[in-house]
Amino acid sequence: MLKTEQAYLAIVIGASAGGLYALSALLEKLPADFRLPLIVVQHRSKDHREILEEVLQSKCKVKVKQVDEKERIEDNCVYIAPPDYHLLIENDRTFSLSCDEYVRFSRPSIDVLFESAAMVYRNKLIGIILTGANNDGAAGIKTIDASGGLTIAQSPQEAQFPVMPEAAINTKGVKQIRSIAEIATFLVNIQDE
Amino acid sequence: MNFEDKEFRGLLESIRYTYGYDFTDYAEASVRRRINHFMNFKKITALNELEGMILKDEKLFESFIQELSVTVTEMFRDPAFYKSLRENAIKRLATYPFIKVWIAGCATGEEVYSIAILLKEEGLLNRSVIYATDINQKSLQVAREAVYPVENMQSYTINYQKAGGTNSFSEYYKSKYNSVMFDKSLKQNIVFSPHNLAVDKSFNEFQLIICRNVLIYFNQQLQNKVIQLFHESLCPFGLLGLGNKESLLFSEKRMNFDEVDRKEKIFIKNS
Ligand SMILES: C[S@@+](CC[C@H](N)C(=O)[O-])C[C@H]1O[C@@H](n2cnc3c(N)ncnc32)[C@H](O)[C@@H]1O
Repeated sequence: MLKTEQAYLAIVIGASAGGLYALSALLEKLPADFRLPLIVVQHRSKDHREILEEVLQSKCKVKVKQVDEKERIEDNCVYIAPPDYHLLIENDRTFSLSCDEYVRFSRPSIDVLFESAAMVYRNKLIGIILTGANNDGAAGIKTIDASGGLTIAQSPQEAQFPVMPEAAINTKGVKQIRSIAEIATFLVNIQDE
Repeated sequence: MNFEDKEFRGLLESIRYTYGYDFTDYAEASVRRRINHFMNFKKITALNELEGMILKDEKLFESFIQELSVTVTEMFRDPAFYKSLRENAIKRLATYPFIKVWIAGCATGEEVYSIAILLKEEGLLNRSVIYATDINQKSLQVAREAVYPVENMQSYTINYQKAGGTNSFSEYYKSKYNSVMFDKSLKQNIVFSPHNLAVDKSFNEFQLIICRNVLIYFNQQLQNKVIQLFHESLCPFGLLGLGNKESLLFSEKRMNFDEVDRKEKIFIKNS
């Protein structure tokens, strides 16, 4: 396992098709006191405003909530991007929302979150790409990698839809390719260090 | 690409000084993203290079402003909001002999015609005036023309129906080639005009103010100032409609409003 010299401050996760299952599998393995904030973009329909949060909370011991505009990012919380808005992170560690045009046919877009998170957290950021059937997040992973952050992709063999992790891996910006179970173990170990 | 804080602040300051556009109190992450986008597109690699260019070249500055102001909008966006307006606002509005509505940050007008249709169906349009304002002159021009791409009509029709529309949506426009033009009767009581929420003052008293998906682009301080402006511009018991993820949470005036519909972000001025 990669030894970490740096204390990470946040984790960003991008998921699309198949993501509900993958996210549930990941989040249910985290202990109630998991410290690092997890910030998630899951591509979703705008017709169901809160269902995703409810489903994930039922699986997860850490508090899960939909991001509110200007909310301060706290430890020990899973934040989900609201439907139909891009999610960005400000220098003062608060969230911003925007309804700019779709990026990679998506709003929220994983690239938008990852790129703004990389600017703020630099090498103190972990970026994770899970299952999906498009290439959103690939550019974002590259940016996180270039800023010195740690990048992980779900192994395409395991992913229900391999296109998205494959696209990320193809940028050569991915440091680790792991199964969901391995990602979970890795994250839990990191916070114990 | 990345740029340092000082340079970024400097750029916003010189834009304000030279052109009078004030982006200094906008939420930074989004402005930075748009600037990045513009620089990539124009193949500009450094922030000071961009600054030099837009301060010299007014044409370039204009396209820069277009890039910075996000015009994305649609008709009956968030249909549940419009439904709630029908259910919660119309009865109150109907008690006034003359109704003034302000739609702030109206972009290219889709929201304005949605409100006009709603007022028409509720029998209030002929005694209403809608003031529709935006910072972006180009968007306002599109709004005045009321011509939109025909391919959007399908999704707008669905929105309209979900919003509780009582007619056939296609009655409101005429198709021509690949565009549709909305009916003149909707336009009669609309005044389009430039207004900058960051610097301009109140200009009338309204029974209803709608400002959706604009405040999210501002920082807390500017949000607070704009809510103050809305408070000042509402009549007693006037209504305020915000975007789905916007709230009065950071406003000093939050105690001066009650919630009419918490989910759809409709408020009423109580004092
Ligand atoms: C994302 S659009 C929202 C359009 C529409 N209200 C809606 O919800 O669909 C944001 C609009 O706010 C306008 N805007 C930005 N800053 C402004 C300011 N300082 N004063 C007035 N309008 C502004 C932009 O030009 C743009 O048209």
